[in-house]
Amino acid sequence: MSDKPVTFTIDGVEITAKAGQTILQAADDAGIYIPRLCYHPSLPPGGHCRLCTVKINGRPASSCTFPADEGLVVENDTEELNDHRRRIVEMLFVEGNHYCPTCEHSGNCELQAMAYRLGLLAPTLPYFRCERELDASHKDVYVDRDRCILCGRCARASREVDHKVVFGFEGRGVHKRISVDAPHNLGETNLAAADKAAEVCPTGCIMLKRKGFAIPVGQRKYDHEPIGSEIERSRSAK
Amino acid sequence: MAEAHSTLVKEVVEQFGADRSRLMDIARALHGKLGHLSEDIIGEIADALGIHRVEVRDMVSFYAFLSRSPKGKTTIRLCNAVVERMNGADEIAQAFEEALGIRFGETTPDGAISLEYTPCMGMSDQPPSALVNGVPITGIRKADVPAIIDAIKKGGAVQSLPVAEIELNLRQSGPVIFAPMDRGAAVRRAVDMTPDEIIATMNTARLRGRGGAGFPLAMKWDFCRKAEGDAHYIICNADEGEPGTFKDRVILTEQPDLVFEGMTVAAFVIGAREGFLYLRAEYEYLLPHLEQVLARRRRLGLLGENICGREGFNFDIRIQLGAGAYICGEESALIESLEGKRGAPRDRPPFPVQKGYRNQPSSVNNVETLCCAARIMEKGAEWFSSIGTRDSTGAKLLSVSGDCERPGVYEVPYGATVATVLNMVGAEDAAAVQVGGPSGQCLAPRNFGRSISFEDIPTGGSFIVFGPQRNILESMHQFIEFFVEESCGWCVPCRVGAKHLDIIFRKILDGKGTRADYQQLEQVCMTVKTMSRCGLGQTAANPILTTMRNFPELYDALLQSDDFIPSFDLDKAIKEGCEITGRTPALEEHHV
Amino acid sequence: MAKPLVATGHFTGCFGCHMSILDIDERILDLVELVEFDKSPINDIKRFSRPVDIGLVEGGVSNDENVEFLRMFRENCKILIALGACAVTGGVPSIRNTVPLRECLQEAFIDGPTVVDGKIPDDPDIPILLDKVYPCHEVVKIDYFLPGCPPSADVIWAALTALLSGKPLDLPYEMVKYD
Repeated sequence: MSDKPVTFTIDGVEITAKAGQTILQAADDAGIYIPRLCYHPSLPPGGHCRLCTVKINGRPASSCTFPADEGLVVENDTEELNDHRRRIVEMLFVEGNHYCPTCEHSGNCELQAMAYRLGLLAPTLPYFRCERELDASHKDVYVDRDRCILCGRCARASREVDHKVVFGFEGRGVHKRISVDAPHNLGETNLAAADKAAEVCPTGCIMLKRKGFAIPVGQRKYDHEPIGSEIERSRSAK
Repeated sequence: MAEAHSTLVKEVVEQFGADRSRLMDIARALHGKLGHLSEDIIGEIADALGIHRVEVRDMVSFYAFLSRSPKGKTTIRLCNAVVERMNGADEIAQAFEEALGIRFGETTPDGAISLEYTPCMGMSDQPPSALVNGVPITGIRKADVPAIIDAIKKGGAVQSLPVAEIELNLRQSGPVIFAPMDRGAAVRRAVDMTPDEIIATMNTARLRGRGGAGFPLAMKWDFCRKAEGDAHYIICNADEGEPGTFKDRVILTEQPDLVFEGMTVAAFVIGAREGFLYLRAEYEYLLPHLEQVLARRRRLGLLGENICGREGFNFDIRIQLGAGAYICGEESALIESLEGKRGAPRDRPPFPVQKGYRNQPSSVNNVETLCCAARIMEKGAEWFSSIGTRDSTGAKLLSVSGDCERPGVYEVPYGATVATVLNMVGAEDAAAVQVGGPSGQCLAPRNFGRSISFEDIPTGGSFIVFGPQRNILESMHQFIEFFVEESCGWCVPCRVGAKHLDIIFRKILDGKGTRADYQQLEQVCMTVKTMSRCGLGQTAANPILTTMRNFPELYDALLQSDDFIPSFDLDKAIKEGCEITGRTPALEEHHV
Repeated sequence: MAKPLVATGHFTGCFGCHMSILDIDERILDLVELVEFDKSPINDIKRFSRPVDIGLVEGGVSNDENVEFLRMFRENCKILIALGACAVTGGVPSIRNTVPLRECLQEAFIDGPTVVDGKIPDDPDIPILLDKVYPCHEVVKIDYFLPGCPPSADVIWAALTALLSGKPLDLPYEMVKYD
């Protein structure tokens, strides 16, 4: 990671990164949106979703982990990469069990919003249809693993921000799941409703109880504007 | 009972210094004593180490050889790798199931025996093979099954059975790895030189990593040596899990001293006081032998304090066993595993040479690479670079298996063509060769003139021959199933995409694929290849991509000309509903 | 020139997508000028009288009758559109997909708290349930997908007018919703 500002290009646009920034952070500051799901600005990067993969000097790498460096040539908004990103979002839709019409988070969901942004009309890859555990044992928070995309934000938030380690992973490959730091369920953990870990889920997997459907259709976060618009607006304002 | 376990857990944790990074050893030791690691035990381990339960569960649930539910007193892990299945593993599986009255994945009602499958265990030269509570048995014939079960039931002494005899199968020795060695010569030479001189020597020899990627060793050692850190580490990657490879098994059996010699030279160069040999769990049977060799080297002053009389050169080696995870052959996943965590690869940069084990500069090198380094110290860079080609100096060990007369390990100078190797091993009629294992490429006869070298076909050494009688694409599908099983699950394209490759490829193999399915398969291949986080995902589509390129006629023969063939199967979908209601489907009634 | 023919069909869903078709309000008059409806619940024509240009199907595929009728639509429609979340993904009915069919029926007809003298229905007149609720594209080839629960009247209008005029189906951001 560079200890001084560096200049590089994304899709031909020259941008300057502050010392220590990743490509994604520098792009955000410059008003260039690189699609992402597992990344969260207040957490260390996870490298799980791979949506933020860009080509750096011709080679694919995740921009959320890759340090900005002088003279890098980065490709981001290309048909090839957006095709791959759309397919990854599609994979997530058929891996979990996502029933948007009944989900409290619909309209505010980053997975759904990413599908809209990338123009995914219908997933046509084969569905996995695996049973996934629902945990409603906690008085204020529930975990609906049907909606989990294994982005690990909850685990990182719990560790890095809440200093608690309430969430982790278990299993490998397609059997990987979010796991809680208790013998049986979330109700036995010290998770609090105000914890960062209960707030950062991009989908409707980790949700506060008694808060669902609060925002009417038409006023939800992604009803009118694609995800990433707030970042892109900062560029057009410049 | 619970209290007794609590005491046992505390004892074991103490035995490993209550060190969190030794979680793998703690889990392995307790698993060995208890047969499985229950949620209670997981909690006990966490308490004793002062870490979170979810961290222990995270690690334990990752490895195939660690079970969280009770298993039989003895677990038979039958290898279901491609070469094993070409040689009757399915028949052996059936024989075990029939003899024990259980299916794979189950345990006999008396709790005596569990049946599990395991991917390639490094015995493809003597298939079919299995691990019986960690003890390898090979060349199993159907007729051997009763005797194996009998031995287990009588107390588990499979070691005395003929199937427990492991063939060495070193078919062609060569000057680099298997020539006689003068123990300690390389280390003695090294301590008379400066680290820079040694790096220059490796540079002159143009030695490149033998794992397959071919990174220049001199550069790796130089980066590591120059990287700032509180400590530097040398790690030998003996987790050879690429299906069809077993050359490290033969090296560690025949030339362990050469490996440790190479590690010691590396330690001198990079300034490491501690080194690790990460040994795959399937090779646990080699551990006593390796420990003996290490003990002898300590006695001879080749490890320990002031090695070879060189004041201040202190270095020792610890062997870390794995627990069944192919991904741990990837260097950053190996490091995570070595730290007692799930074997999930890291994002790079930073590279291990900058931040590796315990976030300190670490050089992870292949067993064979370290042997070459030791040999270069002994015989000189010019001698080494005179073997092979300009860009690929030295020789490569090939693990040859499949349809050939003489499977085994061959030391072949770089530049040898595939055809030359096929002649050497007795496989002139080969219809295809998988070079580099599932993550490598599947070659057709018209490609047999190509050479084993970094500039043409780089390989970790797996060389699987398919004879004309084989259904090559079925074997490719088994490779894909292997990747599905071994994907760590960290990133989406590999975790989910590999499963989609499996499903779509299966549809095509079943004769239900259209051009549209083929196109979708190709697209998923490219997404998995381009977007995955580590080498596993980036190469997981290779069995399909390389056969699409080299065997298009096999796909043409399978693809249907229909515009669309549904994945939906009405007979299958309606079966359960009919059974529940006792009805028979009468679809034609609705026809208009 | 004869008007293009449109048919609509309904499988396992809630009829909401058909409500949404009606929701195009006064534009329905334009639509009737533009096309002729063949088989559709809207006009209660039960059988295809001839092959049609565009078919719109609502609902997922949950039983043998759905399969048969969906196949019939495919055979009779030049362009077949999956209309709405259930047709596109299985939708709300597919929530049962992670539970074995026997358990679903057991709970619904025998163990449920409001069931008295329960029995799993086996009358030959009712369709036989499939093990899962399938999206339409897994059963027949689907040419276009219009997601939404339901897709808004504007989406349906935009799609139909585009297809009838041979223009590419390019929906603006705000029209594509999964709910």
